[in-house]
Amino acid sequence: MAPAAALTPVRAVGRLALLSLQTVGAVSLFTLRSLQAIVLGPWFPGQILRQLAAIGFFSLPVVGLTAVFTGAALALNIYTGGGRFNAEQIMPQIVALGITRELGPVLAALMLAGRVSATIAAEIGAMRATEQIDAMKTLSTDPFGYLVAPRLVAAVIALPILTVVADIIGIAGGWAVAVGFLDFNPTVYIRATVDFVQAGDVGTGLLKAMVFGLIVALMGCYHGYRATGGARGVGRATTNAVVSAAILIFASDYLLTTLFTQR
Amino acid sequence: MTRSRPKLEWRDVTKRFGDVTVLDRLNLSVETGRSMVIIGGSGQGKSVMIKLALGLVAPDRGKVLLDGRGLPGFGGHVQRRLLARSGVLFQSAALFDSLTVWENVAFRLINADGVPRKAARRRALDALARVRLDEAVADVFPSALSGGMQKRVGLARAIAADPQVLFFDEPTTGLDPVTAAVINELIVDQVRRLGGTAISITHDLASARRIGDQIAMLHEGQIVWQGAPGELDQTSNPHVRSFVGR
Repeated sequence: MAPAAALTPVRAVGRLALLSLQTVGAVSLFTLRSLQAIVLGPWFPGQILRQLAAIGFFSLPVVGLTAVFTGAALALNIYTGGGRFNAEQIMPQIVALGITRELGPVLAALMLAGRVSATIAAEIGAMRATEQIDAMKTLSTDPFGYLVAPRLVAAVIALPILTVVADIIGIAGGWAVAVGFLDFNPTVYIRATVDFVQAGDVGTGLLKAMVFGLIVALMGCYHGYRATGGARGVGRATTNAVVSAAILIFASDYLLTTLFTQR
Repeated sequence: MTRSRPKLEWRDVTKRFGDVTVLDRLNLSVETGRSMVIIGGSGQGKSVMIKLALGLVAPDRGKVLLDGRGLPGFGGHVQRRLLARSGVLFQSAALFDSLTVWENVAFRLINADGVPRKAARRRALDALARVRLDEAVADVFPSALSGGMQKRVGLARAIAADPQVLFFDEPTTGLDPVTAAVINELIVDQVRRLGGTAISITHDLASARRIGDQIAMLHEGQIVWQGAPGELDQTSNPHVRSFVGR
């Protein structure tokens, strides 16, 4: 084998490493620039309210539906698994723990990644393609302050609220299955849930939700802002926003869970 | 004859995108109160010249000067000062499609200058009237307007804050001759009314002759000819002769 050919895999690895570092650097700079806009302003409260409605309020149905079905399915699975150890009665506690600490925030975030990251990337990408972002700069308005910061703030506020909704509806889904099909006593189920769940469980989920909210909005804004190549570029930005947001949600979920797990 | 000092100057500016050199040690100055039109074929870097002047892209070499002071780059104080005193009409009009026409026109007034919405609306309606657009279009979204009307709204947005420097990027591209003539007249009217400096780029010769009192020809990254509109037909410069079709 010629020496140059032998180096080809090394070059490929090197190129990949450089590209990864470049991407990490670009995302970091974008994040810092966004945080600077959030802290230093100028602030656009009207934009934040508009984004709260778009990101939070209009995501309620999809998050609610996801939560109710997941809670119901989780209850059935735990009942089946618990039955192997004659421990069916532990179902309310495990459903509550699973939803508040894990499934509530993660599922709400994934629904938002699909719905909101994509929308943000498409909106900002289309604005980039049609020179609206350049126009905004020439009108003495910082696009990070007007477009990015309100979306980030709104997502960080909205996702914990959606998570609380997902927690309640998810637990209600489990309750409905338990009471409707598995002959659980409705009052005992609720009592078992309330007695078992600690503030820390809900708090962990809400902290996760805040981080996930930042990821969802940041990936949408980042990929939209850097979109190039017209309609095709906007399409690519939308896909990349959803995929990267989903991957980062799972990765940060593991890291945060590790951080919050008491050994 | 006394020459007034340059309002805007590209000094020894080079700009590359990848391996392609778009502007190559380009020099051009525009005196205060003049209307300079930069002509040239597609892909010659005309839009890049404007983007450099507005700080939307940074030069690889050289600098752009405003009132004799260098633009230090993105977010710099001088750049912000230029943007605060300039109005831009983009080739595609670049209207914000999520805002109504009057909100587009009043965008700078509301979001950068802190003018209350009611007063900003009044000023937006005044700017719309100056480009001969009726109040009835104020509350519709840009997507409901024709290309010519969108250009007029873009012009109204550019002049709403009474800028001192106006940039026009291909103002008549994509318009029929009648609408293009209307846009040209509006540009001439508004530049005269504001008494400011105008920099336009176009490959529409009729538009260049109508709106400019100085014309510069950009070819392969450099200004290869500069003169009055009337001199376009007399010059022996081969690039200009080829461009005007003589």
